[in-house]
Amino acid sequence: MLKTVSEKAVKEPDIQAEGKINWKDLLYSLGALLGLILLSAVLTVLSPDFLTLNNLMNIARQSAINSLISVGMLLTILTAGIDLSVGSVLALSTVVMAILIIKLHVSPFIGVLAGLCLGAFLGFMNGILLTKLHLPHPFISTLGTMNIARGLALIVTGATPISGFPFSVQFLGAAFWGPIPVSFMLVLVVFIIFHLFLTRTTTGRYIYAVGGNPEAARLSGVPVERVLVIVYTLSGFMAAVAGLVLIGRVNAAYPLAGLGYELDAIAAVIIGGASFFGGVGTVWGTLVGALIMAVLRNGLNLLGVSADLQTVAIGAVIIGAVYIDVLRQRAINKGRR
Amino acid sequence: MREPFLKLRGICKRFPGVVALDNVDLDVYSGEIHVLLGENGAGKSTLIKILTGAYQKDAGEIIIDGKEVQIRTPREALQLGISCIYQELNLIPHLSVAENIFLGREPKLLPALGIIDLKDRYKRSAALLKELGCAVSPGVKVKDLGLGKQQMVEIAKALSLNARLVIMDEPTSSLSEKEVEELFRVVRQLKEKGIAIIFVSHKLEEIRQIADRVTVLRDGRKVATLARGEFDIEELIKLMVGRTLKEKFPKINVRRGREALRVEDIWTDTGLKGVSFSAYEGEVLGIAGLVGAGRTELARAIFGADPLRKGNIFIYGQRVDIKCPEDAIRAGLAFLTEDRKTQGLILGESVAFNITLAGIKQFRRWGFLDIRRQFETAEQLARDLKVKPLDIRRKARELSGGNQQKVVLAKWLCTRAKIFIFDEPTRGIDVGAKVEVYNLINQLLQNGAAVIMISSELPEILGMSDRILVMSEGRITGEFLREEATQEKIMKAATGGY
Ligand SMILES: Nc1ncnc2c1ncn2[C@@H]1O[C@H](COP(=O)(O)OP(=O)(O)OP(=O)(O)O)[C@@H](O)[C@H]1O
Ligand SMILES: [Mg+2]
Repeated sequence: MLKTVSEKAVKEPDIQAEGKINWKDLLYSLGALLGLILLSAVLTVLSPDFLTLNNLMNIARQSAINSLISVGMLLTILTAGIDLSVGSVLALSTVVMAILIIKLHVSPFIGVLAGLCLGAFLGFMNGILLTKLHLPHPFISTLGTMNIARGLALIVTGATPISGFPFSVQFLGAAFWGPIPVSFMLVLVVFIIFHLFLTRTTTGRYIYAVGGNPEAARLSGVPVERVLVIVYTLSGFMAAVAGLVLIGRVNAAYPLAGLGYELDAIAAVIIGGASFFGGVGTVWGTLVGALIMAVLRNGLNLLGVSADLQTVAIGAVIIGAVYIDVLRQRAINKGRR
Repeated sequence: MREPFLKLRGICKRFPGVVALDNVDLDVYSGEIHVLLGENGAGKSTLIKILTGAYQKDAGEIIIDGKEVQIRTPREALQLGISCIYQELNLIPHLSVAENIFLGREPKLLPALGIIDLKDRYKRSAALLKELGCAVSPGVKVKDLGLGKQQMVEIAKALSLNARLVIMDEPTSSLSEKEVEELFRVVRQLKEKGIAIIFVSHKLEEIRQIADRVTVLRDGRKVATLARGEFDIEELIKLMVGRTLKEKFPKINVRRGREALRVEDIWTDTGLKGVSFSAYEGEVLGIAGLVGAGRTELARAIFGADPLRKGNIFIYGQRVDIKCPEDAIRAGLAFLTEDRKTQGLILGESVAFNITLAGIKQFRRWGFLDIRRQFETAEQLARDLKVKPLDIRRKARELSGGNQQKVVLAKWLCTRAKIFIFDEPTRGIDVGAKVEVYNLINQLLQNGAAVIMISSELPEILGMSDRILVMSEGRITGEFLREEATQEKIMKAATGGY
């Protein structure tokens, strides 16, 4: 029996090589997906309100902000880095949009563009601090930016929220297309773009190379520093995009927005199967991770669990999800199917 | 007849899509130096990892001192008296020699409080090192020792663990000749003590010197076990690769063409002191020297991996400003690094990814990668180099050492470079595959490339180079044409005499 199996494997390496499906990778991302399905099944049984179109769209809307931030975070984690500044970057770029558009009556288009550029610029600075000042770990540079951006957001607003955006600015976060929230469609489009970016462009492949082995990557001609700067710039940019969606949801910009969002994003990325050591992770895993977080929050709400207890539950899920990953990795390493 | 210390019966190990070991039997006696020999991917390292508890066997028995044992973890292997010295040493660089030797088993002054008896540890370490005849102070940090000395520390550690079987997987592949001599002296000493030794090497000359018995593996199966006196090198090669090798160095002569690379008076902080030379199309320029002579540093400086303090580089007569490896690749250079694990490969990525990494830009179309073409190219290169198993989706980590080296070679072939710098291109590669690498170098020459080959193996330098530079202490101390070069002349230049 076994003999025939091994003979086949030896005789037909081409089919194995050209077949599009990589089972290991599939199993890897399926792990989190399986969790999402299981979680949804349990909630469907526990609460009659869970599996309704209305509620599902709710989840889609609630997951949008975290998803958008997470995909940027994924890039940094793929390079074995981290971006702690995303929550503050979100806050600062939204309050700048608010000041420009509401207080200074700049055209909404220009105001939004300026906010997005600011997010990208803050990310760019993170990248420069890391690569040019050679700060030892992005934990440090982004921790610094996190405080700076938060402080600036408080200063420029005098620590008070600003509201009254025109609808055009709220569109992404507030509008619906039929039953589907526009913010969720934005998420899907963004994720498809990032998927193509990571798998089909040289820069995308370089990101994996830098995370896998920076020295080997450099000696293979990968412009490691440029790749890192791009990664942090995109992360900052995505935080600002998420901020724009948040504006639509709450019709206000407030300087304390986005507190702790970095941790939700890290959680989504890690639940989605990315490795803190870099080089491993996919956008679809991250999307599933963000959805798991949203479903969990939503489900616990439906079940009437208190917010404090929800936090405990999410902590447990993070540990559980990563532990399952560890087990799966170990099984793969043992070389057994 | 005496019972063997270790008996393996019917050991099998499968990885997805590969049979790494197929029914292997092996006897190793106390006081014997037993060499494992086989092509890349034959299963040597896998067999060793099963003995050290790193992998679990699928089937078979491990019998030690006549009793069947289970080795489930590295710790259990140590308890059974099995110590392994891996190629990537398992020492902690920032700790001292003594701390490393007794790591986890520190002699205690006050056992209840866990207070370490520093004096005792120092004394015992010193005694072990002295026993090995090794001039290392137990107080120095491991990171300040050369590779050869670090191996000695590992051996001292094995002794302190009362090892009865010491396994060494390609211990000599990065050692200088002197260090190899030293190692062999110590290995023979272990043998005198009645310790069993399993030794893996691709260097047949060494095997002839040191082996009491040789077991040859091929495609995961044991082909033969031969005792000293029953084998000669030709015979071993035949058993290993299944055919005789006509020529060990298939040197061809290509007409020397234009000057491809000229280096003028290069100085670096890494120890180069005014190096100048030229390399030509159609020529293999061998660079010989002792470990630490600055050969790798020279390659890195040319390739932009380390900054130049002073000096100029010309490619086809044009001065080029190479600031980073990316610039070097654009200028048509390729650099195969000596350490494939840390500098050559992204171990967690696929073979296809690694092969196409340096030359990835050629697969770009409208800003996107043409993945089909990328995979076809990778597959073709893997096939040309006979990478085994031929599955480019496999992770680089899962390949045997020699096959990993082939992947790194393929990566540079994929860049379509014109000037190739090979740093120890055949390290860890079996005899058959070596000839393939040489043929590939020939092919490059015929296509008009210039090849610079750094190697510590003099026969390889003498066998394949058209011209030979010898380095010592960051300078070029000798230059010989193929016809006039001899081992003696090179050694003399390498030790500083011009
Ligand atoms: N972790 C793993 N996962 C999958 N396949 C593996 C793994 N480790 C080894 N293999 C495969 O098992 C076979 C034997 O590999 P092994 O490392 O034992 O070879 P080797 O004889 O040590 O070769 P080399 O001389 O090149 O070091 C190879 O085909 C290799 O690809
Ligand atoms: Mg090996």
